[in-house]
Amino acid sequence: MDYRLTDEQQALKQEFIDFFEEEMKNAPTGMEGGMESNFQNDEAFAFFQYMAKRQGEKGYHAMAWPEEYGGREAPMMDQAIFNEVAALYGNPGHDGWGIGMFAPTLLIGGTEEQKQRLLPPIAKGETLYCQGWSEPDAGSDLASLKTLAIRDGEHYVINGQKIWTTGGHRAERMFMLARTDPDTQRSKGLSIFSLDMKDPGVEVRPIKFLDGSHVYNEVFFKDIRVHERDRVGPEHDGWSLTRQTMNFERSGSGRFVSGLKGLQELIDYAKNTKRDGKLLSENPKVRHTIAQLYADYDVGYALSQKIIWLQEQEGLAVEPTLPSQTKVFSSELAQRRAEFATSLMGLYGQVFDSKWAPMGAVLTSHMQAPGMNIAAGSSEIQRNIIAWGLGLPRF
Amino acid sequence: MDLGFSSEQDMLRKSVAEFLTKECPYDIVRDIEDSEDGYSPQAWRKMAELGWMELHYPEEFGGYGDPFMDVLIIMEEMGKRAFPSPFFPTVVQCGLVVLAAGSDAQKKVLLPKIAQGKLIMALAQYEVEASYLETGITMPAVPSGDQYILNGTKMFVTDANIAEKMIVAARTDEGVTLFLVDAKDPGITCTRIPTAGMDNTCEVIFKDVAVPAADVLGAPGEGWQALEAMAPKATLAKCGEMLGGAKAGLDMTIAYAKERVQYGRPIGFYQAIQHFLADMQLAYDTAFSYLYKVAWMVDEGMDTTREISALKAKVNENYKFISERCVHIHGGVGTTREYDVGLFYRRAKAFEFVMGDTEHHNEKLAQALGL
Repeated sequence: MDYRLTDEQQALKQEFIDFFEEEMKNAPTGMEGGMESNFQNDEAFAFFQYMAKRQGEKGYHAMAWPEEYGGREAPMMDQAIFNEVAALYGNPGHDGWGIGMFAPTLLIGGTEEQKQRLLPPIAKGETLYCQGWSEPDAGSDLASLKTLAIRDGEHYVINGQKIWTTGGHRAERMFMLARTDPDTQRSKGLSIFSLDMKDPGVEVRPIKFLDGSHVYNEVFFKDIRVHERDRVGPEHDGWSLTRQTMNFERSGSGRFVSGLKGLQELIDYAKNTKRDGKLLSENPKVRHTIAQLYADYDVGYALSQKIIWLQEQEGLAVEPTLPSQTKVFSSELAQRRAEFATSLMGLYGQVFDSKWAPMGAVLTSHMQAPGMNIAAGSSEIQRNIIAWGLGLPRF
Repeated sequence: MDLGFSSEQDMLRKSVAEFLTKECPYDIVRDIEDSEDGYSPQAWRKMAELGWMELHYPEEFGGYGDPFMDVLIIMEEMGKRAFPSPFFPTVVQCGLVVLAAGSDAQKKVLLPKIAQGKLIMALAQYEVEASYLETGITMPAVPSGDQYILNGTKMFVTDANIAEKMIVAARTDEGVTLFLVDAKDPGITCTRIPTAGMDNTCEVIFKDVAVPAADVLGAPGEGWQALEAMAPKATLAKCGEMLGGAKAGLDMTIAYAKERVQYGRPIGFYQAIQHFLADMQLAYDTAFSYLYKVAWMVDEGMDTTREISALKAKVNENYKFISERCVHIHGGVGTTREYDVGLFYRRAKAFEFVMGDTEHHNEKLAQALGL
């Protein structure tokens, strides 16, 4: 057993840290909220695009891909190291949908022509994707989706609606799931498409998040035509590939290292803030809650390291139960941390990122926390997946 | 990075599991719990023959010099079988204290005897106040010629009733000092305390017990350092035993949820049960990954002040959570003495206090984090 990075890996990690330290000098404020907060305003998004291209130039988005598609043919571990470092800086420029989900889907299920055409722009950080899965009546039960893609010669005509499309107002393209056989139900008769968000038949309507920010959207399709070369995987059988898409790179290690980093801010605040004549850090409840949060982030990190290692052994598509574990654990842990941090601040716990907020965007993470327990598979769905992995009966 | 076990470690685990499954099924565990001595001398002898005791001891004292992780694997498998034995106090706690503080002569006498299964030892640290801290050690050892005279009460001394030797932490002018004491000294009164673990946890009363100055372990006043030197590995080992128990209880409960039928379906079909089991598995997998990460750090000689406390605090709470849900999911039958799953519920409560409870470790961790 050995948890050490090799000298080469250590050097690479340092290269990534140096890269972010340098580039983040130009970052606008308020980027701490992670990938989602990059979409909120034009200044943040411009920086996001800049960072996407800079990382593209360096080849950081696609370390482990084959060279012919814009990758560096490095081991998966190198990508994991990059992702971990990037998370410490809030993942600016990381397209979680294009790089994290659609590209690996293409790598295992796309045609040669699709890989040649669609992967390099993702690797270069030039094309931002959004994800078209959820619909108003298909949330946790994704396979019940109704958006239709009806074949018309070499094209498909798409009609329907998606919802909760994070970054839909910023993305150039969407990868999505639609029903190609209208006479089918559930997982049969679905196919995967990549489509142009600037198509006149695509209408994006903002949905304001509960804190007023604009992160996700409704997306409507009216008679948009998509060529069959933009269908990924077999016709009517996109579900099995989609099941694999759900499991790419979900070690979650970035969420744990950034959580550990965030705890330091909490520790400093508790050590330096007096209320009623006493430092907050003198309160045993405060001390022990911070200790518990630290322990939770550290054990979660150990599990995510195991997933990274398994991924190295077993390739792109790892068994889903462990990633479901880190997903539910990290999102609920982030919620606990945000709840504790805002309460610790007393009256200041209600203040959004501003000159009055002692710890920047803590309240934003508190506001986003319920969404994190729903997005990318709700905590209940994750628990079902874990239980099914134990061999309990599926429904 | 290589997070797998070596093939030798896999083999060790397998042989320990096979031995214990054969030697000590759960029915026998309950018999041992109810017996006066609280352990099986026969199994103890065989374990010694298998070479488990000296795995981690240095070669110069008759051991194999294996990494501590191998001891952890043994502890984990013992935890799965809820196996009652003097292994932890003797081999881990006292053996490590002897290694940390003993003179060469003491090591050469004591360690090979432990390795051969011929010496059972007990560590007498805690007192009536039940403090885990150095300041909690108040029992006086008064010098008298070339002896020390010990008077006072030690609490929660595991295996004092079967031990031949005890390591007693007492206070001299120099500070905390460790004494190697003959457990059968007539001035010692040893009484088993009824505990959740139904094990050999004892109250030990010392009345004018004379100990030769030659039987001081290490220098007078340096006893606390020796206890601290032992603590990381002993805490790890206990956490391994606890997580072994958690795993065994969890596996029993998953199997039960698949076969117990209510409303025409296995209860494991229902989401209420599925989500409990998912949370239990998560509690186990996170702690288990951490256990071996910290073990690796300890074997590498890294500073693990934060990690050991984080680990014990987590394992305490996760084992209690898992074992309670195990009983709950079994329903009425889980609450009976004759049903195996209750073994882990009792041990979770008993082991919570071994090497420090959650409160103690949270505070230690808070201090290590600079709070």
